[in-house]
Amino acid sequence: MKGPARVIGALTRRALHEILRVPGAAIPGILAPTIFMLGISSVFGAAVHLPGFGTTDFRAFVVPVGFLQSASFAGAATGVNLARDIEHGWFDRLLLCPTPRVVLLGGIVSSASLRALLPSSFLLAVALGLGVRFPGLLGIILAALLVMGLAMAVAFYAVLIALHFRTQQAAPLMQIGGFILVLFTTSYAPQQLLTGWLRTVSRINPVTHVLTGVRQGFVGDVTWTATWPAIASVAGMLLVLGALATRALLRTGA
Amino acid sequence: MSRTVLALARRALRNVLRRPQFIAPLVVFPSLMLAANVGGLSRTTSLPGFPSDVHGFLDFQLAAAITQSLLLGGVSAGIAVALEIEGGFFDRLLAAPIPRIAIVLGRLAATTVIALAQVVYFLGLGLVFGAHIKAGVPGALLVAAIGAVAGTGFGALGVMLALRAKSASTVQGIFPLVFVVLFVSSAFFPRQLLESPARQIARYNPLSYLADGMRDPIVHSLRAGPALEGLAAAGGIAAVAIAFSVLALRGRLGQT
Repeated sequence: MKGPARVIGALTRRALHEILRVPGAAIPGILAPTIFMLGISSVFGAAVHLPGFGTTDFRAFVVPVGFLQSASFAGAATGVNLARDIEHGWFDRLLLCPTPRVVLLGGIVSSASLRALLPSSFLLAVALGLGVRFPGLLGIILAALLVMGLAMAVAFYAVLIALHFRTQQAAPLMQIGGFILVLFTTSYAPQQLLTGWLRTVSRINPVTHVLTGVRQGFVGDVTWTATWPAIASVAGMLLVLGALATRALLRTGA
Repeated sequence: MSRTVLALARRALRNVLRRPQFIAPLVVFPSLMLAANVGGLSRTTSLPGFPSDVHGFLDFQLAAAITQSLLLGGVSAGIAVALEIEGGFFDRLLAAPIPRIAIVLGRLAATTVIALAQVVYFLGLGLVFGAHIKAGVPGALLVAAIGAVAGTGFGALGVMLALRAKSASTVQGIFPLVFVVLFVSSAFFPRQLLESPARQIARYNPLSYLADGMRDPIVHSLRAGPALEGLAAAGGIAAVAIAFSVLALRGRLGQT
């Protein structure tokens, strides 16, 4: 068990070093969720006056959307980096290592979960500075775990795309998956205020449960009723997308 | 000169058609955001202060999506030029016996064509999903005219950045800034409903007048005031940005 853990640790460190080596590429991803939160709350803040909105602070309502965007960007970045490694031949050398491919996959995607915490922490600091209610320690821990889990799930999806197209030009495809999943939820308004089609999509979309789980501490109390569907949704996405990514990696070069 | 501009514009457009994955995000991301905004916030039309004569939130949001798409088009034009610099093609163009300014103008001519296509796409998308263009065909032509001029201006800003930064990833880094500038305008929501300080900034943000100029023919019949303000904002952005991109080209020529 020690060997796989060391491999996963080394691959995670390599991915995280990238943030320090090429900060210009990482900074937009760190700033974007905060910019989105500030922008959306400035523009659509009046929406809280709609009957049935359920909260009086639109900023607190959209901060969790920024968290999920952080997860989405971090997951997509993992896929883009893998595509670059494939293009440059580094990934082929990695596949020659005497390490199970599942372990390699674990190393590739685990960096996404840590990477997602960077923009989320920045967003949280700005939000709290602007007066957003502190969600409590339990709310913060739960939000962090859900964000990390979602980042890994999006990373599995991005790895699938990278292994299929084997080029960085597929980056928009990697980004768009997470973008749709996060946006087509109750991101802007509670379910009862959404238009018919979006209400239906948001009910089917598992990320809606994740958003509710992350959001609960910011707009009210943390409850088990809102927590377990979020955990189950993340676990389900990890299981399905992880299995597909593992299958794709095992077939690579076969 | 004009033949060189046309040849370079055709080359840029061919590159776009060959690699649609570069152009797709320009319309895909704003389309998705348009869908999410309309799906999530269509009931905001009932808020006090929202213009009562607007047919629906989709009609109102179309101009925002067009503006967002045109801004992304500017970033895309900048990335294309930066990639030409990184790949050495730009230096070969400089060595060719052609007017240097044609290099910038050729790229901008292609950006104008793409901007027109973006406007047509969003108007078509809006009509398919039930939007109305109150001012009819003349209104659509006015939206296209403002969009084409503004798209050219955003393209010129992208080219200027590329000539200064010489790196595609740096130009790409401008992406979040695009949203900052757009969020502090009245593109997405009526100015009187924006929160402070966005409301105050929006008054001085040319993107507000640009978006309102494109929105007005969609939600009202043709009116001279917003149309002229939209054209003036688009023209002003284009004139200043083209002047800066030509200056950036001169600066780069001085370095080489």
